[in-house]
Formats: sequence, C-alpha cells, structure tokens
Amino acid sequence: MKDYSGLMVFAEQREGRAHPVSYELLGKGREMADKLGVELSSVLLGNQMEEEARELIYYGADKVFLYDNPVFEDFDLLNYKHNITRLVEEVKPEVFLFGATHLGRSLAPRIAVALGTGLTADCTGLDMSEDGGLIQIRPAFSGNILAHIRTKTRPQVATVRYKVMPSMLRDEHRKGEIIKKDVEIVPSLLTILKKEKLGEKSITEAELIVSGGRGLKKAEDFSLLADLAELLGGAVGSSRPPVDDGWISREHQVGFSGNTVKPKVYIACGISGSPQHLAGMRGADVIVSINSDPSAPIFKMADYGIVGDLYEVIPKLIDRIKGESS
Amino acid sequence: MLRIIVPIKQVPDMSQVKFDTEEGRVDRSSAAAEINPFDLNALEAAVQIKEKLGGIITTISMGPRQAESALRDALSRGADDTVLLTDRAFAGADTLATSYTLASAIRKLGEFDLIICGEKTVDGDTGQVGPQIAEHLGIPHVAYVSKLEEVGEKLVVVCEMEGERYLIESDFPVLIAVTKDINTPRLPSLRGKLNARKAEIKTWGAEELSSIAEKGRFGTQGSPTRVHRITIPAEEGRKGRIFRDTSDEAIEEITNALYRYKG
Ligand SMILES: Cc1cc2nc3c(=O)[nH]c(=O)nc-3n(C[C@H](O)[C@H](O)[C@H](O)COP(=O)(O)OP(=O)(O)OC[C@H]3O[C@@H](n4cnc5c(N)ncnc54)[C@H](O)[C@@H]3O)c2cc1C
Ligand SMILES: Nc1ncnc2c1ncn2[C@@H]1O[C@H](COP(=O)(O)O)[C@@H](O)[C@H]1O
Repeated sequence: MKDYSGLMVFAEQREGRAHPVSYELLGKGREMADKLGVELSSVLLGNQMEEEARELIYYGADKVFLYDNPVFEDFDLLNYKHNITRLVEEVKPEVFLFGATHLGRSLAPRIAVALGTGLTADCTGLDMSEDGGLIQIRPAFSGNILAHIRTKTRPQVATVRYKVMPSMLRDEHRKGEIIKKDVEIVPSLLTILKKEKLGEKSITEAELIVSGGRGLKKAEDFSLLADLAELLGGAVGSSRPPVDDGWISREHQVGFSGNTVKPKVYIACGISGSPQHLAGMRGADVIVSINSDPSAPIFKMADYGIVGDLYEVIPKLIDRIKGESS
Repeated sequence: MLRIIVPIKQVPDMSQVKFDTEEGRVDRSSAAAEINPFDLNALEAAVQIKEKLGGIITTISMGPRQAESALRDALSRGADDTVLLTDRAFAGADTLATSYTLASAIRKLGEFDLIICGEKTVDGDTGQVGPQIAEHLGIPHVAYVSKLEEVGEKLVVVCEMEGERYLIESDFPVLIAVTKDINTPRLPSLRGKLNARKAEIKTWGAEELSSIAEKGRFGTQGSPTRVHRITIPAEEGRKGRIFRDTSDEAIEEITNALYRYKG
C-alpha cells in the first residue's frame, strides 16, 4: 500500500467533449489532493483530444495522461479497460474516481476486478482521512441512510454521482503537464453498429425543473407542467409513480433510482417528498412545493410552498408570468 | 440451442421493509423476500429467447438458505435449472467477492453462451456485480440493455447511455445487464409452480467450489470494502415560506422568487 500515492480522475468524453462530471471530480479531487499534499492526475481517452486535455488542467489536474487513438472515439469497453488498467498499475494512485454515469458504471467495475480492488458505487460524498483512507459516502436502502464505506485495498475506486460535487472555476493560468501515452490495442469483441441521439435534453442539465407526481390525475396533465417549464426556460421532471405508470419516460425521473438533479429552482407539484424523491433533488438551490396536503413532508424541505390544488395554482402562476412578460 | 445463465438475488420487498432511522438499521424480517425486481426482467428476457430459439436457463443465486424460495419462484417462471450458493464463508461479501463467487460457480457449471443480469439490485443498488462477473470470466458485457434486437449467430442489443442509443453486436459468450424497459415479466404458471415445488435445488458451498476458486476470495475475507459507519441524511434548513392558500399574494411572491432565483 505504501507505493500508492495521489488521486486520479477518469475523464469521460463524448463526441470529443469531457462530460461535466469529470470537472466536478477534478474539483473534489483538487480539494482532497491539497489536503494531503499529493498529486491529482486525470486520464483521458479519445481521438485528437489535446485541447480537451488542457481543459482538464484548467479545471484542476496537475497531470493528464492522454490516450489519443481513433479506437477511443466511441466507448470501446475492452480497449478502455485494458489501457486504463495498465496506467493504474504504472502510476499507482491511491484513489481513482469515475463519474457514476452509465459509462462509468459499466467500466469501473471491470477495472476494479482487473486490479483486484474494492469499488464503491454511486457516492454522494467523499472525504479524505489523514491516513490517506478515502471515506466514501453513499445513500443506501433506498436513500433512508447514508453508508460510510472504506476500502482496504489500493487504489480505492469509486463512482461518484453527477451534480453532487461543485467543480472549480476554470482557470487558464493553471499549469500542468500533458503526457501522451502509448496505446495498446486489444480485440474489441463488441461492435457499435449504430449510434443515435435521444433528442431530449437531459434533465440533469436543466437550471429549472417543474416536476409532477402522483398528484397528477392523468398523463396528459404533464402538459400543464410543460407549459410552466417552457415559460421559465426549464425542463419537466417526475417522481417515480408517473414513470412506473408509463405517463412519462424514465429519463425524467428524479430520485434515488432516477436522476440526481441540482437546478437553481425545483418546483415539486403533487409530490409528497418521500426520502427516495428527496435523495434526487435535495441539492436544488431553491425548492418550491405545490401540494394540497399541508402535512406533506415536502413542505419541510421547501423554501417556498403553497398548500393548494396544483390544477388551480399552476394556471395562476402561468397567468401571472404571462402578465409579467407582456 | 442457447445455454443461458441468469444470476438472481433475493431481496426484501422495499416498499414494505421497515426501517429504524434511529439505529440506521433495516429490519429484514419486516418484509417478505422476493426476487429482485430487475432480475425478473432478466429472467423474462431469457425465457423469451428460449421460446424462440430453444435453450436451457440456469438461475443461480448466492444467499442464505431461504433464497431457495427465490429459485423455486424462478423455476415456476420458466427457468430449467437452479444453483443455490450458500455457505457461511460466502457471507458478508461486497461486490468483488459476490461476483467472484458467482463467476466461479458459473465456471463450474461449464460451457455457456449468454449471462443475463438485472440492471441492479434494489438493496445493494450498485449495478456492479454484472460487469464484474464478466471481467472475472474474461468475456465482454453490455450494460443498460433495453432491447434484444437479434439473437442468432450473434447477439445484437440496444443499450442506452446518457441520452444516446447504441446498437451493439457481440459474439457469444457475452453478459448483458438489462433495464426494466426490456419487457414486462410474466407471472408464474400453475404448472410451473407445481413442478417448482418438487424440484431439487442444487446447493453448493465453498467446498464444492474449492477446485476452481480460492477460498480467501469469498465473503468478508474477500471483500475489500466495508461499511464503517451509518448516518441519517441531515435536512438542511430551508426558508420555509409556506402559504396556506392560493391567494394573489402567494402567487405574487412565488412568481417573484422564481424570477429571482432562476437567474
Ligand atoms: C427502492 C426504491 C427506489 C425508489 N426510487 C424513487 C425515485 O427515484 N424517485 C421517486 O420519486 N420515488 C422513488 N421511489 C418511490 C417513493 O418511495 C415514493 O413512493 C414516491 O416518491 C412517491 O411519489 P409521489 O410523491 O409522486 O406520490 P405520493 O407520495 O402519492 O404523493 C402525491 C402527493 O400529491 C398530493 N396531491 C394529490 N392531489 C393533488 C392536487 N390536485 N394538487 C396538489 N397536490 C396534490 C398529495 O397530497 C400527495 O402529497 C422509490 C422507492 C423504492 C422502494
Ligand atoms: N447475491 C447474488 N446472487 C445472484 N445474483 C446476484 C447477486 N447479487 C447481484 N446479482 C446479480 O447482479 C445484478 C446487479 O446487482 P448489484 O450489483 O447488487 O446491483 C443483479 O441484478 C443480479 O442479476
């Protein structure tokens, strides 16, 4: 264990751009590296990514290990795994962080097994103890508790949820080193035959979210929420029941088993505020709740709230906002 | 004819399970145990393949002896064979040890073509075990599979990752982890239930795996991660400006707040 030192962040990229969770991990990584006085590195795989590698330095990395090759343009599982595992064996970071994206959650488990080390999924909090031990905090049992997990092997690998760590401000004056690594190609075994974008913008990116829950009477009523969201330049979210009923697609689900969101404003309409729902939106700057039941737990989390029928309140808000803008 | 393996876990019914927030403990006896809901989707996918192309489905579960009932349930839903991995030595496993134990048992079972896992378990909730089994076995995997496009000489699946949809082709053997979108699991059949009741459940412990696995990699001993503390999520103080009715004043103030904070 003595040979291990420093922190490493996997920088996930799509279409040549780093996923913002990478910057968040660098922000948190920077903080922990400074606390221990060690180095923060990042690993980036892609095709012609030098500019993006520099961005990682602007966001906190001391070193970026760059694997530039067309094979990395899309997610090639086994080539990603092979090259990253080799790097980790060479650099021996004490901590290795991935974003808990679909890609991160598919890749990190294989790398952890290949390295014979422990992996903690979906962390929402990280801390470094003095002895270099990583304290990995994750919600467990459907968000009712937070488990603090420690790993006795090295590196300590974790996937971390998007939108729970603040990234640093981009600073073009930050200095760092880009180290180009030799690529070793192994058989892919998987072939991507087709790739398409799923049109809709992910709600994790939205600055304002209007969410509906079981207080809605029918699927069509999401259009009322969509009207309000559109006026305010936001997106539509949902608690789990409407998703389970097929009223809205799973990408809209907020909560423990859905998306974690961190908008400036979260408007919960007809949502009671279960621990599982709160687990996905407690990070919002401002929470507004519209619920007909004054004892609904969501009001305890709300900055603003109206006890009332959403079918009355939302049209009034829409009218008022329209009045404002005309 | 495909040889399909479906790893399933028995979990407490999470909508029933009682929870002691003071102690941070889960009272497993407070809820009925059931097959992890995502694993029902995995099993259903296997059964649909079998119906089309023929095949043998082996379900495998690591857990306490009671997990036998989950395997019987799986038989009544269309599985052909089962293995229960149960032993003191397996207890306290994290995902590394769990996947190692499952992978060892799969090796012992012999040749296979396809492993279908659920996306995740509702109690462990990591989604790690599937990809980790694949790594132990040295085969590729595709996670977040929402559709089987083609099962034949090769396997073609649809998987969704971060707002992108991929069509991915693989040779056999391969492991896939499926989402809830892939199908609607059927209910057990009456005949299935009757057969399941009589069926013999193959049970293996550490001893049965000793020829292919290292005992030190099972259970607590083989688990590098450990929960060392449990806390209850803290509720941060919020402004708490709650209006008891839908007055004009309430609408006015909330509209102002929306504009102030939305930036
Ligand atoms: C393992 C697990 C994972 C889960 N993951 C998630 C998750 O990711 N996300 C999630 O949301 N849930 C999740 N859940 C479900 C969660 O426990 C709750 O069941 C769910 O959040 C409740 O949704 P709701 O608030 O919309 O419905 P309810 O709790 O039924 O609340 C509906 C609310 O609407 C109000 N209402 C009714 N009519 C009106 C009206 N006309 N105007 C205004 N208000 C009205 C009612 O007063 C009530 O408070 C999970 C559960 C489990 C066990
Ligand atoms: N103890 C177990 N026995 C059998 N299969 C399991 C077990 N734990 C996990 N799995 C499989 O791995 C998948 C992912 O589980 P998890 O990583 O715990 O979220 C599950 O959907 C199951 O298919």
